[in-house]
Amino acid sequence: MNFAMIFKVALRAIMRNKTRSVLTCIGIIVGIAAVIAVMAIGQGAQTMMVKQISSMGNNLVMVFPERRRAGSVSSGRGQGQTMTAADAMAVKTELAHLVQGVSPSVRATVQMMYASKNWSSNIQGVSPDVLLISNWSMGEGRFFTEEETELYSRVCVIGTTVKANLFGDDEDPVGKIIRLNNMTFTIVGVLNSKGANNWGQDQDDVIMAPYTSVQRYLQRSKFDNINMMNISLHTMDDLEDAKREITALLRQRHNLADYQDDDFEMRDTTEIMNTIGSVSGLMTVLLTAVAAISLLVGGIGIMNIMLVSVTERIKEIGLRMAIGATPTNILAQFLLEAVVLSTIGGAFGVALGVGGAHFIGWWKGWPILIQMHSTFGAFFFSSFVGMFFGFYPAYRASKLHPIDCLRYE
Amino acid sequence: MDHLIEIRDMYKIYAIGDEPVHALDGVSLSIDEGEFVAIMGSSGSGKSTMLNILGCLDVPTKGSYLLDGTQVAERSSSELAHIRNRKLGFVFQNFNLLPRTTAIENVELPDLYMGRLSARERHKRAKMLLERVGLKGREYHTPSQLSGGQQQRVAIARALMNNPPVLFADEPTGNLDTKSSVEIMNLFTELSNEGITIVMVTHEDDIAAYAKRHIVMRDGKVMRDDLQDGGVRKTQAEVSKLVKEALA
Repeated sequence: MNFAMIFKVALRAIMRNKTRSVLTCIGIIVGIAAVIAVMAIGQGAQTMMVKQISSMGNNLVMVFPERRRAGSVSSGRGQGQTMTAADAMAVKTELAHLVQGVSPSVRATVQMMYASKNWSSNIQGVSPDVLLISNWSMGEGRFFTEEETELYSRVCVIGTTVKANLFGDDEDPVGKIIRLNNMTFTIVGVLNSKGANNWGQDQDDVIMAPYTSVQRYLQRSKFDNINMMNISLHTMDDLEDAKREITALLRQRHNLADYQDDDFEMRDTTEIMNTIGSVSGLMTVLLTAVAAISLLVGGIGIMNIMLVSVTERIKEIGLRMAIGATPTNILAQFLLEAVVLSTIGGAFGVALGVGGAHFIGWWKGWPILIQMHSTFGAFFFSSFVGMFFGFYPAYRASKLHPIDCLRYE
Repeated sequence: MDHLIEIRDMYKIYAIGDEPVHALDGVSLSIDEGEFVAIMGSSGSGKSTMLNILGCLDVPTKGSYLLDGTQVAERSSSELAHIRNRKLGFVFQNFNLLPRTTAIENVELPDLYMGRLSARERHKRAKMLLERVGLKGREYHTPSQLSGGQQQRVAIARALMNNPPVLFADEPTGNLDTKSSVEIMNLFTELSNEGITIVMVTHEDDIAAYAKRHIVMRDGKVMRDDLQDGGVRKTQAEVSKLVKEALA
């Protein structure tokens, strides 16, 4: 008896018991659909996070001054007074073989005013390198220049949220003068929108000015302290070298002796990405495990039904054996029946999973990512489930004695 | 001339409790091609065990069994399956047709396992066999749409599918009314006249009367085998007398 014949026999047995076959399939359908939907949502979320983190910056390494301690009270990160813009410039000039851009960053809260409108936000004092470092691009106008930075120019660029709140849709902000805490600054450009970041924070609610001007006019500081520096490496492959050399350079500049701890901290996007990736990866693994358990339950359902089916059709088995079916024929028939059932279930499960994932994505506005390999993987796994859980009942059927089957009451 | 079926000193012993039960207790007999044999006896006499072993559905505890010149005892289950497929046809008391499957598909089944014919030839042969057993026009009926007698005819057509030299029938009329029984037995007689060897188990004297040779069994032993006066059909009364004498 050839494969096509056995396939036909298995298919007919499935068709003969439509209700039971459908019920058996549902276990597999639900299992596979759950696996695919969960993986699609999980991987979609992860891809979005990775994209958003990389939108934070290009090969980004962030250096913060040490947290200042007063007794046992620790201040927030970036509040230390140990790092200066000169440190940032030194990193840029002395480690040019590793870094492609360095921008100091100072922050101040400002009240912006233009005509009758006002808006409150944090201003970032940066250098023009920030464009490259943080993947910004210009929508209108231009960014401020190195010269303007050196000359403490009162120029700024704004994000689209700030533009919308101060100027509305019609007015062109470029060239307009706005008041920041009663200092006048000229807008030279508008940044392209980046949208919200991972934490739901609006990245376009941003205003940037030369760090020199922010220090002088808005922080009213006589010192060169910065809150952090953003460093963009040529390539992330150099990360370890870069961290070592930056550490060495800053320690030397801060005159730290060997026994003293670093007075700065370093963070890079891979760290953040790894953390977020491991959290969301863990979630995906957990949910996939739950989905896989339902697949396992579906598989046990198949085994259960196949065992019932073997008992129910024991006379058929006896008859088939009497007219010449070998144990292998019987094994193949029942095994194939289980595999066909679970594969049909798998196909419907894939369809339902893909459809369900898209629906959830559309309904909840979540990003979804359906990967070809995971879809095919789930589909073939369903066949494997059928083979695995169908084997025992099929093997049992094949080991029956024809005379016992024919006599079975 | 070699016998078609030849068994020697055959035992089938079941261990039930402490006492071993001899379902077959040293039976020897031979059956030649073209014979129409009825194995008779009351229930528990060992006649069904005998038929199952002759039909390669069961294996003897000891003894030799030559079927068509080949030793059958101590074969693997898949070898036995091949022998059943190619050399033996079965007709059961309860027909044993596949439910919800058309008559013609039931008849085609043995060749599916043999794989001798093409799909078209198989279909043609199954159709021809159904016509031969008088079921022309009912090829696509399922067993539930057929009467008992018609179902048994389908079963006979199926048994003939692979053109086996021997046909085994286990109480073939046990589930049939008198009229259908007569029809089925007439069909067996026709087949016998065409040269097919038939071995039938029955406990009914009138059914046994269709056979040309009668083997009476009791307690796993052959009590009477009328081979010596073989070739002549007996009337029901003669068969009854023979059985009574054998078991006296």
